[in-house]
Amino acid sequence: MSRAAPASYDQLVFEVSSPGRVGYSLPECDVPEADPQTLLPARYLRSVAPALPEVSEFDVVRHYSRLSRLNYGLDTHFYPLGSCTMKYNPRLNEDMARLPGFARLHPLTPEGAAQGALALMHALAAALAEIAGMDAVSLQPAAGAQGELAGILMIRAYHRSRGERRTKVLVPNSAHGTNPASTAIAGYEVVEVKSTGTGEVDVDDLARHLGPDVAAFMITVPNTLGMFEPRVTEITEMCHASGVQVYMDGANLNAILGITRPGDLGFDVCHFNLHKTFTTPHGGGGPGAGPVGVKAHLEPFLPLPVVAKRGAHYTLDWRRPMSIGKLQAFWGNFGMMVRAYTYIRTMGADGLRLVSDNAVLNANYIMKRLESHYDPAAPGPCMHECVLSARRQKRQGVSAMDVGKRLLDLGFYAPSTYFPLIVDEALMIEPTETESKQTLDAFCDAMIQIAREAGETPGVIQEAPLTTPVRRLDQTRAAREPVLRWSP
Amino acid sequence: MRYIANTRDEQRAMLDVIGAHSIEDLLMGIPAKARLGQPLPLAPALAETDLVRHLRDLAAHNADADAYTCFLGGGSYDHYVPSPISHLISRGEFFTAYTPYQPEASQGTLRTIFEYQTMIAELSGMDVANASIYDGASSLAEAALMAHAVTSRSEIVLASGVHPLARRVVATYCAGPGLRLRDAAAPEGTMDLGGARALVGPKTAALVIQSPNFYGCLEDVAAAAEIAHGAGTLLVVAADPVNLGVLEAPGRLGADIYVGEGQGLGVPMSFGGPNLGVFAAKGELVRRMPGRLVGATVDVDGRRGFVLTLQTREQHIRRAKATSNICTNVALCALMATIYLALLGKQGLAKVGELSTAKAHYAAERLTDIPGVALRFPAPFFKEFVLTLPKSPARVVRRLAKDRILAGVPLGSFEKRLRDSLLVAVTEKRTREEIDRFATALAKAVGS
Repeated sequence: MSRAAPASYDQLVFEVSSPGRVGYSLPECDVPEADPQTLLPARYLRSVAPALPEVSEFDVVRHYSRLSRLNYGLDTHFYPLGSCTMKYNPRLNEDMARLPGFARLHPLTPEGAAQGALALMHALAAALAEIAGMDAVSLQPAAGAQGELAGILMIRAYHRSRGERRTKVLVPNSAHGTNPASTAIAGYEVVEVKSTGTGEVDVDDLARHLGPDVAAFMITVPNTLGMFEPRVTEITEMCHASGVQVYMDGANLNAILGITRPGDLGFDVCHFNLHKTFTTPHGGGGPGAGPVGVKAHLEPFLPLPVVAKRGAHYTLDWRRPMSIGKLQAFWGNFGMMVRAYTYIRTMGADGLRLVSDNAVLNANYIMKRLESHYDPAAPGPCMHECVLSARRQKRQGVSAMDVGKRLLDLGFYAPSTYFPLIVDEALMIEPTETESKQTLDAFCDAMIQIAREAGETPGVIQEAPLTTPVRRLDQTRAAREPVLRWSP
Repeated sequence: MRYIANTRDEQRAMLDVIGAHSIEDLLMGIPAKARLGQPLPLAPALAETDLVRHLRDLAAHNADADAYTCFLGGGSYDHYVPSPISHLISRGEFFTAYTPYQPEASQGTLRTIFEYQTMIAELSGMDVANASIYDGASSLAEAALMAHAVTSRSEIVLASGVHPLARRVVATYCAGPGLRLRDAAAPEGTMDLGGARALVGPKTAALVIQSPNFYGCLEDVAAAAEIAHGAGTLLVVAADPVNLGVLEAPGRLGADIYVGEGQGLGVPMSFGGPNLGVFAAKGELVRRMPGRLVGATVDVDGRRGFVLTLQTREQHIRRAKATSNICTNVALCALMATIYLALLGKQGLAKVGELSTAKAHYAAERLTDIPGVALRFPAPFFKEFVLTLPKSPARVVRRLAKDRILAGVPLGSFEKRLRDSLLVAVTEKRTREEIDRFATALAKAVGS
């Protein structure tokens, strides 16, 4: 089959390089002694110059502009990546984060001279606590996975403060991979709890596992099939009756803003993903931010320091002897906090409620339009995302991965595939509230077209993508003979 | 609401297709008793113009490095950030994409990460760098866990000159596996080699040293390597990558794992985050590394392309047995660093280092001319140094803030023995005139 796409840009910056070319502007030295050979003993000095590129400023601008065009981004393509909440990133947030008073503020500026930043952090933590129904929030974790680690370490410290040494953490088999990974780093044995056929926690299996050796149960609400866990309050009560703390993975918080709150559901800890629910950009893989909220009994264990208000003065409170310690050198991803705060103040309570209402509406619309073409993993209605199985297509020789690749040709990024692990040939679709009906219709039309092609012309799908800058890549070769850096 | 597209009519049309009367119908899976009965008690929504005014007002209550002359360091630095960086990272194709799970539609991100890995490996003299960790401190913590996994040993020896806040992060991460942390003292500002030799032994997974260290002093990394390797221990070196245009590459001094805070590579200070955790290692350790890795390969037509690779190390595949729990990292900050290093290049990065160290030495000379002000440690320093002052450093800092000078970081809250000490950093951006003005103001503050 012939290629549809013209040969695309294939350079690396090292290949644009030309010896002697420069792309910087630095001042001449204005102090008397400039030579490091004089100022420093020779044994500390670099012996071989690093082989960095030598390019002009315009070379750089053109090169990275061209590279950017090899990406699908949310701005240019519908990006229905399930569990990632790829919603519009407001440009106002970017402007605010770049105000010199925020972007050019040093973390060790004396507190009295950083009151605006501390006030913003205090207000954001308070807003997140309200949204989640929690008593206190730490903004420090750098991403969801670090929020999980913080949460589990707080639970561990809590049990220890009561003289209890529990050794296990329960995690459903439908969980994000970070849940078991974070739990293992915190020193716990991870025990999987079964799910029912529709992705709910198997409450009987949970009951069998609960006991005095269990420290925590960690679940995602809505769950990774996009369904609200119907017995969630029963689950949190069961756990508490066994002295087990309950952690909510907040990856799917976009479904429930102003509708229900983790704290009211009985959760002791939850994390937020500011880069999902609160519109900070995903950046090609971060930076994110993963604040963690807790009930009062866990507050003494929050990461250090905590932003506190004393009278009219904001301060970093370090006198917290029961804290789990620090997760980042400084106070968290402040730049992301500015963006999230800007978003929350843009939306207000009513706006946030509209977010979840429309996120749920959009997901159900997609589910309805596609339910006769693919197999829904659970009967509707769903919350903010729907999980479909391509098992029917698989019998026609078309896998979930193939469906994703064909979508790329049709002008859409692919949904999350093969997650959750409990669904065969999973396609996890999260449209978010910021997409319009026209976009959803175009996407559904494409999905229906692919389902038809699977029966009629599966080769078109198996060959896909044809229009992207490169076609399917040899993953085995990449892993077997790793080439992880450029060489001339 | 400008961020939501659906009109009332469109909502109606969609509900009709779904077969529901209202959005409320779709929420019936949520138990009634778990429903929130009233609107969230949040501050009222603000229109864009009002919100900008509010945030500008908050920003105006901060002493930023544009309005003030900044001599603050200690892990975050006011280095030069070339103009193209913000423009290029703001291209929607970069900043609104996510983890490149679909490589065919993510070659832009994958290529920039591959360039980043190459540049960091080259700068540090290591074989392989990952796609980034959250910040320098969490990179260091991951290095400690990795050393534990590689050696199956349970102690980490940290030089006292390692950033005190990073040490606390290491302690948090090491609590789970129960690793024992031991301090190798630095009475004179650099690690006492005899003391370190006595601590490093058959139980030591890693010896961790930072150079220049928290006090700004250059450490004898090669000697530390000898001590570590003599005991079968891995040497972890923390170093600010922006200095490596002038200072020797950790890989050439014997580092097995290199970590660093990369904020100086074009990332805004932003009150301490997001930062850039740099992480690199020797080639034989690659399958134990945390974080994402991008590798080169070919597509079905034989064209060069790039993919996430060696993913069986990672949490989404290996779950509880992953090398790390990290998922989202700081890709956009890594992109800033990539563009920065491309712009500065071989010559520019060296010049940044030369200017910084020249100005720091000039500043040290001027400031120690003031009666009662002296260098706290005798060791050679690079762009940062510790002064002892005849008056309370915290009070001096407050006094100089009135002259719009951020004088430095008082060290008393980090270490009791340094109650009289101030950490001063000088980057290539500081001018002779600013340094002279600082010296004049400091003389006045400590003299009166």
